[in-house]
Amino acid sequence: MKFLARRTLHAALLLVGVSFFSFALLQWAPGDFLDELRLNPQISKQTVEALRGEYGLNESLPVRYERWLFAAAKGDLGFSLAYKSPVGPLIAVRARNTLVLTGTAMLLAWTLAIPLGIWTAVNRRGWTNRIFGAATSTLLTIPDLLLFLGLLLLAVRTGWFPAGGMFSDATDGATFLSHAKDLLAHLFLPAAGLAIVSLPVLMRHVRSAAIEVLDAPFVRAARGHGIPRWRLLFRYVLPVAANPLISLFGFSIATMLSASLLAEVILSWPGLGPLLLEATLSRDIYVVVATVLLSATFLVVGNLVSDLLLYAADPRIRVE
Amino acid sequence: MSAAGQGEVLLRVRGLGKSYVQRREFTREKFQVHAFEGIELAVQRGATFAIVGESGAGKSSLARCLALLERPDCGEIWIETKDVTKASRAELFELRRKVQLIFQDATAALNGRFTAAEIIAEPMRIQGLFGAAQRRERAMELMEQVGLPLAGAKKLPREWSGGQRQRLAIARALALEPSVLILDEALANLDLSNQEMILRLLADLQARRGLTYIYISHDLRLVALIADEIAVMHEGRIVEESGAAEFFAQPRNSYARDLIRAMPPLETILRERLQEEPA
Repeated sequence: MKFLARRTLHAALLLVGVSFFSFALLQWAPGDFLDELRLNPQISKQTVEALRGEYGLNESLPVRYERWLFAAAKGDLGFSLAYKSPVGPLIAVRARNTLVLTGTAMLLAWTLAIPLGIWTAVNRRGWTNRIFGAATSTLLTIPDLLLFLGLLLLAVRTGWFPAGGMFSDATDGATFLSHAKDLLAHLFLPAAGLAIVSLPVLMRHVRSAAIEVLDAPFVRAARGHGIPRWRLLFRYVLPVAANPLISLFGFSIATMLSASLLAEVILSWPGLGPLLLEATLSRDIYVVVATVLLSATFLVVGNLVSDLLLYAADPRIRVE
Repeated sequence: MSAAGQGEVLLRVRGLGKSYVQRREFTREKFQVHAFEGIELAVQRGATFAIVGESGAGKSSLARCLALLERPDCGEIWIETKDVTKASRAELFELRRKVQLIFQDATAALNGRFTAAEIIAEPMRIQGLFGAAQRRERAMELMEQVGLPLAGAKKLPREWSGGQRQRLAIARALALEPSVLILDEALANLDLSNQEMILRLLADLQARRGLTYIYISHDLRLVALIADEIAVMHEGRIVEESGAAEFFAQPRNSYARDLIRAMPPLETILRERLQEEPA
């Protein structure tokens, strides 16, 4: 319990830090939201200045940050200058979409990585291992961008998959089932792409964690007792290899989120990615800060979950 | 250290050889490393047979083959009346009860997530011996026999001391009632007082159960304490094999003589030190 309280405090401090730096970086970067208006000859200088005052863009960084921080503590994440609506609801839908995508991709990547990694660890010497080694190296060297563009090309050329979006337009009045089917069809490409991006890294980690256990003297001892393979895997290899993998789970959330931003932009998934890109380009400051903050929150929560899992999975940690 | 020489050979090794294929770092060129070759051994029931030699001499590879963890490339290993190198899978599974290996590093040799009782019961469970309740009972008996407090049955390995962990490993090995224990540097990680206590435990178990030990070590002092028969391994071959008394009195092989010379008795060391520093 003390552990949980300490971790939550760390997380809160971290989030404040992240929000401050994203705030400050946006402030120090040249230009602001109204720069484009200023270039428009139809809008007078006075109007622009009035708007600046209204939006509070004239005030100094500490004042604005302080104001934002107190509002954010009450749950008000500010106002989108571009969308002319509060950031909270705007970002909530996008965050849900991103979570649907990354969650599916995570599930897909891990359910493939664990059996494949263990299989290649058990059959360490031989041609299957070489094929997997070559495949993971190849996947690692392909830039994410190229992969997503390739998937987009696949979708456009073959027409097998919808090229972007989350739902088809005409889904009003459809049943729940067809609705879900529609979602899955749209989800498939970006989720598969994200899974492919993280799969080689995960697989290699699973493989090396499993190899480490398989080489351990206590596994050798169990072999000396004649342990059957399935029992070795489920009672020895998986529980022991789980520790580094649970920690990796926390890290893999970070990789997944950053890859997801790119995938969403290229494959037009209506998540946080396109929103963040748009908002950054137009200096829609509160949207940017809230998006960055939300991503950081996912990361922190993911790591907290992996710590708790570690605690639950390993009797040795509980002993301490 | 016990009554050997009843004449019955429990374990016989003939022409045993093993090599590993390795690849050179950059050229990927394959080459063979001979772990050991042409090994001939005859170990009598109830005796302690020591295999000594420097690290890299092939002792541990030999131990793994004798413990049925690796298959040799050539040669035969006879345990009682069975050649284990020609055993089927099912026969091998049964044979594993006869030979158990004790490792140097007891901490690494025990599954850190199992409690002491689970660790001892696990081999019986794997071999499908007894019911769960009986296994637990036997685990308790074994803990008692190796001198572990029964109150610690639910403790994890990390909660035991180094010497206690090695006792736990011995109890686990005894769970299958083996005829042969292979002790691969089993005392090397322990301090002197623990070494002595484990040695006493081993002697006690040998007397009570008629166990046969194959004791693998580079430490001639410990070998001198427990071995009935000594084989010296050098670069993958056995260069000398003789009774313990004979071995220490007049080693025939020059390498064996070097080994013994490398182990001056404490009195000699002390005498030389005292001469160095005039009082």
